[in-house]
Amino acid sequence: MADRSPAPDTPELRERWGGFEFTEAYRAKADKAIARYPEGRQRSAVMPLLDLAQRQVGEETNTQGWLPLPVIEYVADYLDMPVIRVLEVATFYFMYNMKPVGKYHVQVCGTTPCMLRGSDGLIEACKKRGMSKGQVSDDNLWTLTEVECMGNCATAPMVQINDDNYEDLTPERLDAILDALAAGEQPKTGTQEPGRHTSEPANALSSLQEMVDANHDYRSEW
Amino acid sequence: MPKVTVDGQELEVPDGATVLQACELAGKEIPRFCYHERLSIAGNCRMCLVEVKPGPPKPQASCALPATDGQEIRTDTEMVKTAREGVMEFLLINHPLDCPICDQGGECDLQDQSMTYGRGATRYHENKRAVTEKYMGPLIKTVMTRCIHCTRCVRFSEEIAGVDEIGALYRGEDMQITTYLEQAVEHELSANVIDLCPVGALTSRPYAFEARPWELKKTLSIDVSDAVGSNIRLDSKGREVMRALPRINDDVNEEWISDKARYQVDGLMRRRLDKPYIRKGGKLQAATWDEAFKAIAKVKPGKKIAAIAGDMLDCETMFAAKALLKACGSTLVEGRQTGMDYDTSNLAAVNFNSTFAGIENADAILIVGSHVRWEAPLVNVRIRKAVKRGAKVFVVGPWWDTTYPAEFLGEDLGVLNKLPKALSDALKNAENPAVIVGGAGLKGAHGKALALAEKYGAAFNVLHFSAARMGGLMLGFAQPGGMEDIVNAKPKVVLSLGADEMDFEPFADALKVYIGHHGDKGAHAADVILPAASYAEKDGTYVNTEGRVQFAEKAVFAPGDAREDWTILRALADALKVEVGFDSFAELQAAMIEEVPALGEEGLADYGALPKADARSKAEGTISAYPIKDFYLTNPIARASEVMQRCSAELLHGEDLAEAAE
Repeated sequence: MADRSPAPDTPELRERWGGFEFTEAYRAKADKAIARYPEGRQRSAVMPLLDLAQRQVGEETNTQGWLPLPVIEYVADYLDMPVIRVLEVATFYFMYNMKPVGKYHVQVCGTTPCMLRGSDGLIEACKKRGMSKGQVSDDNLWTLTEVECMGNCATAPMVQINDDNYEDLTPERLDAILDALAAGEQPKTGTQEPGRHTSEPANALSSLQEMVDANHDYRSEW
Repeated sequence: MPKVTVDGQELEVPDGATVLQACELAGKEIPRFCYHERLSIAGNCRMCLVEVKPGPPKPQASCALPATDGQEIRTDTEMVKTAREGVMEFLLINHPLDCPICDQGGECDLQDQSMTYGRGATRYHENKRAVTEKYMGPLIKTVMTRCIHCTRCVRFSEEIAGVDEIGALYRGEDMQITTYLEQAVEHELSANVIDLCPVGALTSRPYAFEARPWELKKTLSIDVSDAVGSNIRLDSKGREVMRALPRINDDVNEEWISDKARYQVDGLMRRRLDKPYIRKGGKLQAATWDEAFKAIAKVKPGKKIAAIAGDMLDCETMFAAKALLKACGSTLVEGRQTGMDYDTSNLAAVNFNSTFAGIENADAILIVGSHVRWEAPLVNVRIRKAVKRGAKVFVVGPWWDTTYPAEFLGEDLGVLNKLPKALSDALKNAENPAVIVGGAGLKGAHGKALALAEKYGAAFNVLHFSAARMGGLMLGFAQPGGMEDIVNAKPKVVLSLGADEMDFEPFADALKVYIGHHGDKGAHAADVILPAASYAEKDGTYVNTEGRVQFAEKAVFAPGDAREDWTILRALADALKVEVGFDSFAELQAAMIEEVPALGEEGLADYGALPKADARSKAEGTISAYPIKDFYLTNPIARASEVMQRCSAELLHGEDLAEAAE
């Protein structure tokens, strides 16, 4: 499992992030998230707020964003809650980055279905481009992480890059996607299989064939 | 009231009970780690598995399962046994086998329960997890590899102490208990997590590697560091008190004690007065008991003798001093060292009448001049409970961190003469209002607070912070004018019975005799020092601020030539050639109980009804500060304690230094 410990609390970190504040736009979004919860329960908005803070940090650093300790303290202060409770949440969920990441956070799924469908090749392809697990590449563009199941097993293997999923990958297809991203383009998201729309069966229907036209009760056949 | 069957035994359990509680009611032992009666239910250790019908055909965590009508609970089936063995095996996967070097050894829940419910061998061959130590301050030592993630410490600090300091970072197997950036935990009850920890992950830092539980002599005692009278157990080895632990008493301290009560005991071994001293030519010089008594007798005080009682005295010592003075023909006894002179004609008016358990049910609380968190941390826990049930709290006095929402009404006591609307509304609409007057409020607002309590039908409480206070008042250790009366009487001999906070200046012409156990302020000012016993070294009766009479036992012997206080006073009577009427502790106690029968009965003393309040009384003055300046150094034992000094430096003053450096 990836190291989730927060980046060390150094004077440089304090100096860089000590003055962190939500921008106008993010403040509006944060307040909207808080307003979803009843009075006195504003702590419930801690997860959206951490996400917004991470995104703002990302915009400021031209990366996917991460959560320096002063930013976590800012969120705690914003919600008037103990900072240890915010840190608990931030270290629990993997979508919060506790250390700086590159502009594109390449999260390759390595769980069994993806592994069987060739995720090892994807990791290999990433490594060939100079990425290594848990590290930010020298050009500050990439961070590679191997993650557990992201729930796209029907279109395995898959990779999540920042907010988008890319599925039905081969090393070549992944290379094309990474090239496009590096060139500043937005590749097609979702499945990369020509002719496939989402996660519908790739070929002919192999199961639940009776269900195509109408609902069918299979229970008598069990 | 649901009816359930536990192992074939039918019983009715209270509404809202859990299956675990039902099993306990049926007399079945359910192993557990995360479940604790006084904390919220977490249900994460899975040790309390039982079989419950109706329900899914698998073992259920009984601590988090409500008991419902018609449930059939089994705690003795094969399924339950294998389930417990499985859970125990999993718990031990990552638990180090370092019991021989673990301070929890011998009193460890995991050790005990693995003996009873474990398999006896593991099938796990992988490496164990290791976790870095976490700094948690001068009191708590951590060995986090031993942690089994029960989260009792997290729940305690959030729910009971009210300070969110400890948290669980990361997830799953990687979960780690820590404070934010490994800062020291700072609240006054922090060390209770050591008792709560079912394994040796959180152990006592000052007590580290000092003793094993089975080699300690356990003595039931009463804490004297504040006026709560917490029930404690003193564990001693030889002549040394190794540690103090809380005893369960739901009426007083539940099962917590303050850090001061727990850790001031190392002060019992330091700065002790172990032989008599006489001041000769401005310098204190060691002497024999005979010489010391002769030096006092030489003054021939006659009636001109006074006794000032310190804050940690037992009733017997005070009674012996009073008897000695009475035999001399003097009534100059006083216990309020710092010069307070509130009216003590009716003890109900200076007592905590709600009782500690009762204050939990208050729904509006007015605190006048009391830093409750420092003056009585365990009372603050009770008030916090009341607030959780919806009570509103108002405080008159300088700000302090209450750990619960409270409205501060400023430092001017005048606010009581014309209550703000929020306060008067809250008191008016409350069913169980209560007024708490602390040491800082007694001078200017005692009468007014009484009048307010009468007007709104509120329970009237005075929160003292001297363990000896209520006992002293019951024994008449109070002059109408307080210490000033003693000064005006110009005594020739002043007996300071462990009174270190008093002002010795006005007694420059008198012979100042200090009868106490620590070389502290009193000893510095004294002309003659008679070494006496601390609370751990004598039997004694104590009365806490709610008027609860409690009896403490002697744990160890006083060091060197020091003697129990009453024997010193008895010998002094001989030196002064007077008759006090007792020759043994039993006789002394009998005489005391004869004079004040309430002291002979453990439990709440009856002080009768509150006096009729003077509705026209006015509150005057401002409270610029509370009497306690440093929580960790309020008495001579604590001041002598290295642990308390370190706490004070690191937790109270280190903070300022760190801020200045930033």
